Amino acid sequence: MFYSEVKSKEQVIKDTVQTWREDFPAFQSKVHGKPLVYLDNAATTLKPRLVSQTMQDYYLYGTANIHRGVHYLSEQATQAFEATRSKVKKFINAKDECEIIFTRGTTESINLVALSYGQTFLHAGDEILISQMEHHSNIVPWQMLCERKGCILKVIPINDEGEIIVDEYETLLSEKTKLVSVVYVSNSLGTVNPVRKLIESAHRVGAIILIDGAQAVSHFPIDLQKLNCDFFAFSGHKLFGPTGTGVLYGKQELLEKMPPVYGGGDMIASVTFEKTTYNKLPFKFEAGTPHIAGVIGLGAAVDYFQSLDLTAIQKHEEDLLAYGTNQFDSIDGLKIIGKAREKKAILSFTLGPIHPHDIGTIVDREGVAIRTGHHCTQPVMEYFGVSATARASLSFYNTKNDIDTLVEALGKVQKIFQ
Amino acid sequence: MNNELYQQTILDHNKKPRHYEKLKVYTHMAEGFNQLCGDHYYIYLSIAPDETIQEISFEGSGCAISKASASLMTSRLKGKSVKEAKLLYDQFHYLITGKLDLEKDTHQLEKLAVFSGIWQYPMRVKCASLCWHTLRGALEQTKTVSTEDSL
Repeated sequence: MFYSEVKSKEQVIKDTVQTWREDFPAFQSKVHGKPLVYLDNAATTLKPRLVSQTMQDYYLYGTANIHRGVHYLSEQATQAFEATRSKVKKFINAKDECEIIFTRGTTESINLVALSYGQTFLHAGDEILISQMEHHSNIVPWQMLCERKGCILKVIPINDEGEIIVDEYETLLSEKTKLVSVVYVSNSLGTVNPVRKLIESAHRVGAIILIDGAQAVSHFPIDLQKLNCDFFAFSGHKLFGPTGTGVLYGKQELLEKMPPVYGGGDMIASVTFEKTTYNKLPFKFEAGTPHIAGVIGLGAAVDYFQSLDLTAIQKHEEDLLAYGTNQFDSIDGLKIIGKAREKKAILSFTLGPIHPHDIGTIVDREGVAIRTGHHCTQPVMEYFGVSATARASLSFYNTKNDIDTLVEALGKVQKIFQ
Repeated sequence: MNNELYQQTILDHNKKPRHYEKLKVYTHMAEGFNQLCGDHYYIYLSIAPDETIQEISFEGSGCAISKASASLMTSRLKGKSVKEAKLLYDQFHYLITGKLDLEKDTHQLEKLAVFSGIWQYPMRVKCASLCWHTLRGALEQTKTVSTEDSL
């Protein structure tokens, strides 16, 4: 009698995940008549009801522009918008709210640093270091900067496990290195880079360092004061929030001396035809009417994510990764790309000679959403000698059952191509 | 399941692609890319003065759909005239965009009709059309073709 009421550890986890899943209406969707198995979280995460409701409330009942109006709705909207800044500041543990700049996403955040900091403070012959595993969004803005300013782009190599070779990084660093930009968690390999060490070493040679946190924020807590990076970028839509929202964190002293990139309303203190003075931080970098609904929605996403038990989430994702890796290892001809010791729940793979797009199309008919292609990381594909991979990327609302469904679907793929 | 797309003919041509080589002597050639899949092919043609496609071949790599499509295309076009090739280009284009009714409309697609279900997989239409775009590029002497240029 007594013992029957005690739930097994497994059951507790199951119940918890079930509660989490109930917050996401997407799980009610049917895909080709089958329940949705969403394994494309590295591309974008699903949205909890709270996020869309918050945005809908703003659009339906609270629409107003921010920062300028003296009327009630404008004040309300401004408060909600600025509340997100404060939530984000706490979420990533920045020192000050003025260090949080809203952008359209990680890509825009990185470009903003390249266009403002890079354009102003980097010069011909200066070196920029990125790694072999960067997303195109952390390659191209620097190439463009190098073209404009005559800087030199250098690449930190990776090993066969998909890890940055730290010794090589240390060798590449010199007093010529002015800027380092590396990803925290690789979107195509799952690798978690030793960013604390990378940051310390960059600072030792006097370089500025940007961390691309797009894949990190939804998996574990971020403490920027502890990390001590100079810039940090992430997207709202990979954190259960709306698309078209993102954050650039920058150290205040750097942001203060950087020129704005966009001119327009809200970013000015005063305008005359003779002289315009810029607004203070963070508004200097936020010209024009921003994505107000999106930013308010991002605030809801941060609230939602922080309301969850982050320790339980990390444990659950670790279990899923271990289970998925194990299941994958038992599939004949399946090769996991990216076997870093420190990695998050991202499983990139190839399946014999079968092209990843054929895999993607067939498993889709079983309701399973995975990503196939180069994942905007062509240099990674080149390193591993493949043109594309299939990728299952997991989040806290995924279950072992999801992995089983994928594995079963992969069996069907093999059967078709046998 | 997936019968509409991964039919036996397609699987067979993927596994054993026909005319899969580089022609030793050719009069026309072009390179084709599909940026979505990373499909990458070369098409080679040997066209006689009377505009007969004497030899046609392809080389490269990509998904099953793109490879089977190239294999079927080369099989269908060998020995045909350039005019017929252009006609089939149009018919194939209508087929894969769901604008050709195999039953009602007149066509000479023959085995190429195996792609009739692909319009239901919009992301994969470009895989099937890549070799045809590349063919057009070769006939028009455009050296590099991307599926991003047009559908």
